[in-house]
Amino acid sequence: MGYLSLIVLIPLAAVAWRSTDGGADAFWRAISNPAAVASLRLTLLASAAVVIVNAVFGTLIAWVLVRDDFRGKSIVNSLIDLPFALPTIVAGLTLLALYGPRGPVGVNVAYTRVGVLLALLFVTLPFVVRAVQPVLLELDREMEEAAASLGAGSFAIFRRIVLPNLTPAILAGVALAFARAVGEFGSVVLISGNIPFETEVASVHIFGQIESDNTTAAAAVSVLLLAISFVVLFGIDALRRWGARHDR
Amino acid sequence: MTARFGLRFVALGYLAALLVLPVGYIFWKTFEDGLGPVWDAITTPQALHALWLTVIIALIAVPLNTVFGVVCALLLVRQRFHGKAVLNALIDLPFALSPVVVGLALILVYGRNGWFGGWLTDQGVRVIFALPGMVLATVFISLPFVVREVVPVLREIGTEQEEAAATLGASPLATFWRVTLPSIRWGVTYGVVLATARALGEYGAVSVVSGKLAGRTETLTLHVEERFQAFDLTAAYSSSVVLALLALMTLVAMNVFRREVRSGDRSSPRDEAVR
Repeated sequence: MGYLSLIVLIPLAAVAWRSTDGGADAFWRAISNPAAVASLRLTLLASAAVVIVNAVFGTLIAWVLVRDDFRGKSIVNSLIDLPFALPTIVAGLTLLALYGPRGPVGVNVAYTRVGVLLALLFVTLPFVVRAVQPVLLELDREMEEAAASLGAGSFAIFRRIVLPNLTPAILAGVALAFARAVGEFGSVVLISGNIPFETEVASVHIFGQIESDNTTAAAAVSVLLLAISFVVLFGIDALRRWGARHDR
Repeated sequence: MTARFGLRFVALGYLAALLVLPVGYIFWKTFEDGLGPVWDAITTPQALHALWLTVIIALIAVPLNTVFGVVCALLLVRQRFHGKAVLNALIDLPFALSPVVVGLALILVYGRNGWFGGWLTDQGVRVIFALPGMVLATVFISLPFVVREVVPVLREIGTEQEEAAATLGASPLATFWRVTLPSIRWGVTYGVVLATARALGEYGAVSVVSGKLAGRTETLTLHVEERFQAFDLTAAYSSSVVLALLALMTLVAMNVFRREVRSGDRSSPRDEAVR
């Protein structure tokens, strides 16, 4: 308990404390600073977009890994965890090498919002896949077979039978991916170019404030960012509980 | 049948474009001119120091988190106390925090104008822009892994064997060493692998508290960034490949240990009793 408070609690208390250091006035000034607002807006919109893509592609990948069969499937399955194992700065660098100005494919996403999205997609890939996979494995196939024998098409089976069973798992994965995307720093820092009002995400904005010794503003934006992501996470969890209750 | 191939094609195409091609391209680009330049780039004094520092930090942070993780998991599963739910939520906090905020928090406590900073400076101890701060940041970031892997294993094995040992007169410590620890060892190992990967690859929090002094407080991830900003792509790519190889080794280890965790489940005492 002492270890936890020394490592986690006291430092976090210090952030909350410092954010109110200059009174409500300074707090408001820090979070209503146009660059801060722009970075928070970009962070939240990009995270929302990334989470939606993840919900679709994560479920699709989980489906292919569970229901399909092909050579090399187990290798593909292990590769899903690569974004967890690969340092974020390396992730950003690899994306920049392939899709950047000197890349061989002829697209250039460096210093654009597309680059930010790409980096966030990379680091959040495993969450939905790993949340959906076990549920899909456990899913009873008799219901699907029954529906098929009654003449339902495969899309109808997926939408009416499989998807409702997967929704809680998808939402759980989405929540984790969202929390990760909102705070992401290392993978974004090289590819985004950190242009204020353009490609600067919230964590990069906070980093800039720390570098210019403006820790009060940095703390204020951090507290706001945390508050927003807790509200969103709470909302997703409420949605999941609500969905679970309506199953029965 | 065509639908199935279509889905497979889309899923694998997405993975290839996002994961495999970028990482593969970095490897190809790094070894384009052969091994010589790569070897030169990763054996410069600066790169070697960065590698050494990264290893030292992981060697301090991971054992600390392993001990904490096992104790904490035992508390969460085997004990009842007030504030258990709070402790449970707190442990996941590092997953929900931006690494930059973690760095900021440490600066506010241990930095020059921080809560303990003045007193520490009087004692001649530097935490921020020095090794202790970087270790603290890494401990913070990799805190949840061991706990999260050990808790489900502890739940799974139950208390029967521990109780049997206690009835036969084993002290709590002996019970832990002889009974509990052997049955959770693969869970612990799996958590340690994840924590180590995270510790070696940490960038955001460390970059805030390190001050990025080349050759002094520069870890391998910071070295990658510094070389990239200095337009030394060969060095940046070479160090990236070292880190990527560590990541691939982590994946292999995860696969092996995940299998062990599962087969451990199968031969757990409860199953044998059922049989």
